Amino acid sequence: MTFRLAIPALLVLAVAAIPFAAPQLQLLMNLALAKGIAVVGVTVLLRAGQVSFGHALYFAIAAYAAAFLSASMPGADLVLVLVVAVAGAVLSGIIVGLFVVRYRGIFFGMLNLAFSMIFWSILEKFYHYTGGADGIRLPRPTVFGMALERGPFELIMFYLSVALVLLLGWFTMRWFASPAGQIFQTIKTNETRLQYLGVSPQRALLSGYILSAALCGTGGVIMGIVQGVVTPEFAWWIRSGEMVFIAVLGGAGSVAGAFVGAVIYETIRTYASAFAGDVWQMVLGGFLLVIILFAPKGVIGIYDAALARLTGKGRSE
Amino acid sequence: MNLTIFLLALFDGIAYAALVFSVAVGLTLIFGVMRILNVAHGSLYAVGAYLTATLTGYVLALGFAPLLAFPLMIVSAVLVGVLLGGPIEWLLLRRIYNKPEVLQLLVTFAVFMILEDVQRLVWGTQPYFQASALQALGMVKVFGVNYTVYQLILLPLLALTLLVGLRFFLRHTILGKLILATTEDREAAQSIGIDADKVFLVTFIVGAALAGLGGALASPTTSILPGMGADMIVLSFAVVATAGLGQIEGAAFTALLIGLGRSFAVYVWPETAVLVPYLIMLIVLLVRPEGLFGSPTARKI
Repeated sequence: MTFRLAIPALLVLAVAAIPFAAPQLQLLMNLALAKGIAVVGVTVLLRAGQVSFGHALYFAIAAYAAAFLSASMPGADLVLVLVVAVAGAVLSGIIVGLFVVRYRGIFFGMLNLAFSMIFWSILEKFYHYTGGADGIRLPRPTVFGMALERGPFELIMFYLSVALVLLLGWFTMRWFASPAGQIFQTIKTNETRLQYLGVSPQRALLSGYILSAALCGTGGVIMGIVQGVVTPEFAWWIRSGEMVFIAVLGGAGSVAGAFVGAVIYETIRTYASAFAGDVWQMVLGGFLLVIILFAPKGVIGIYDAALARLTGKGRSE
Repeated sequence: MNLTIFLLALFDGIAYAALVFSVAVGLTLIFGVMRILNVAHGSLYAVGAYLTATLTGYVLALGFAPLLAFPLMIVSAVLVGVLLGGPIEWLLLRRIYNKPEVLQLLVTFAVFMILEDVQRLVWGTQPYFQASALQALGMVKVFGVNYTVYQLILLPLLALTLLVGLRFFLRHTILGKLILATTEDREAAQSIGIDADKVFLVTFIVGAALAGLGGALASPTTSILPGMGADMIVLSFAVVATAGLGQIEGAAFTALLIGLGRSFAVYVWPETAVLVPYLIMLIVLLVRPEGLFGSPTARKI
């Protein structure tokens, strides 16, 4: 049991030490953490057996909300930007969610795809407002009234991301264990039983959907602030596919897996595009195939199996 | 909007619908039989286009007549089906039929990612143009509007042939009937001696060849460049989902609907052209959750 707790704790410490131990990795890791938070959103839906091929929508909505706010209110505070951006994602999550929770399986995925593609084409085509394919700048927000230089600001963003990862990861796991979360996960195992119990599966799915939109939004706004620019690419369907990819890579349905997957994914992506610029997608695609065919439980599944062998005991969830 | 612009929009829409249909019909056929939504379909479309452009350019450089571009399209389509579709089904999809839907979708997504880079490696990032098939057939004048014979007559005619041919193949040939039987109930089909594996392989090859054919047919009308597959796949998703998954005749109708909607948007309000297909899909699916021609599935308890 000690192993099971010690290794994640060591990993968190290692990540927290990055700005001092390996500053060149700080940006990469920050982007990976942002993406990881968004992937947790997709993971939430996977727990209900639903795949969204359009969750980049909330990623982009939050990022654009932050950019618009900063443009109309120069020097807006970081906390305000975060709150408004996530509120934007939640609000759109409620509106879109009310429609899509009536659908399951492929249609659920496709409808989400349609919503995200509509948003993407609006961003891309109405360039008077959205800056078109070039996107818009997201100037550095102030932090509690202080305008910071780049270095300290990036450090704050990094530790804020780490804190959010821990907080939101913990919250999501608690939510899975809560009655609401349990009902939500029953949509995957037996939706009819829910109806017989007098519970509305639609409402249960909606609650999880809003949570997933909030998580994707949080990831999106962090990504936007760290990069300093938001582009329509945030909402592009391949981004959505990437999130599902990372969720499965880490271990479908596992919160910790989402972060591990995001770190692995971003690392491979960065180094593959640096050393093999033409084939990085191919490398990632091949990696995905290997994971699905030989380790369908993802990295977390491999970790669990290794741990079980190490301690000589059966796997415990 | 005057008559000329109306006709132009109409013709654009029909020509575009014919192309989208040939891609979407392959997608819906594969889904109908195998219950897999093939994300790599867009890449097969793109490879079909690249292959046709390259082969045509090569053959024309040898001094043959431009009309030879047409058989080369079919050659490219078959090559895509056999050389790409076959191995994808045989090596990858076959291993995951009993895995969850998410994983099946992701396997084709992985193939899509790999094929995108393969295209870039083989054909580079420069756009290709190969319009000799378009020029070979010349123009036609309809109500004072000049339009290419290729897009106005040949493409719709081919799409219709495809529709009728596929219907005939599925309903009146032994192989087609085997495919339909497997679609209906895989276990029952196997128990009476149908080799379901073979049926799946054939279906996937046919579907992939149809995607390649779509690309081959599109190649003279557009510049062929990286990313064209990604655009096409989401559009044909929209067509297939709007029609109802697995509905071949329905796909023809919705391809026309979406093709016309898009082309009229181009002339009336260009910014919305990309948006229209998804709006149509959204509206249809909100009103009819199973698509226009899909039938609600019975609930199993």
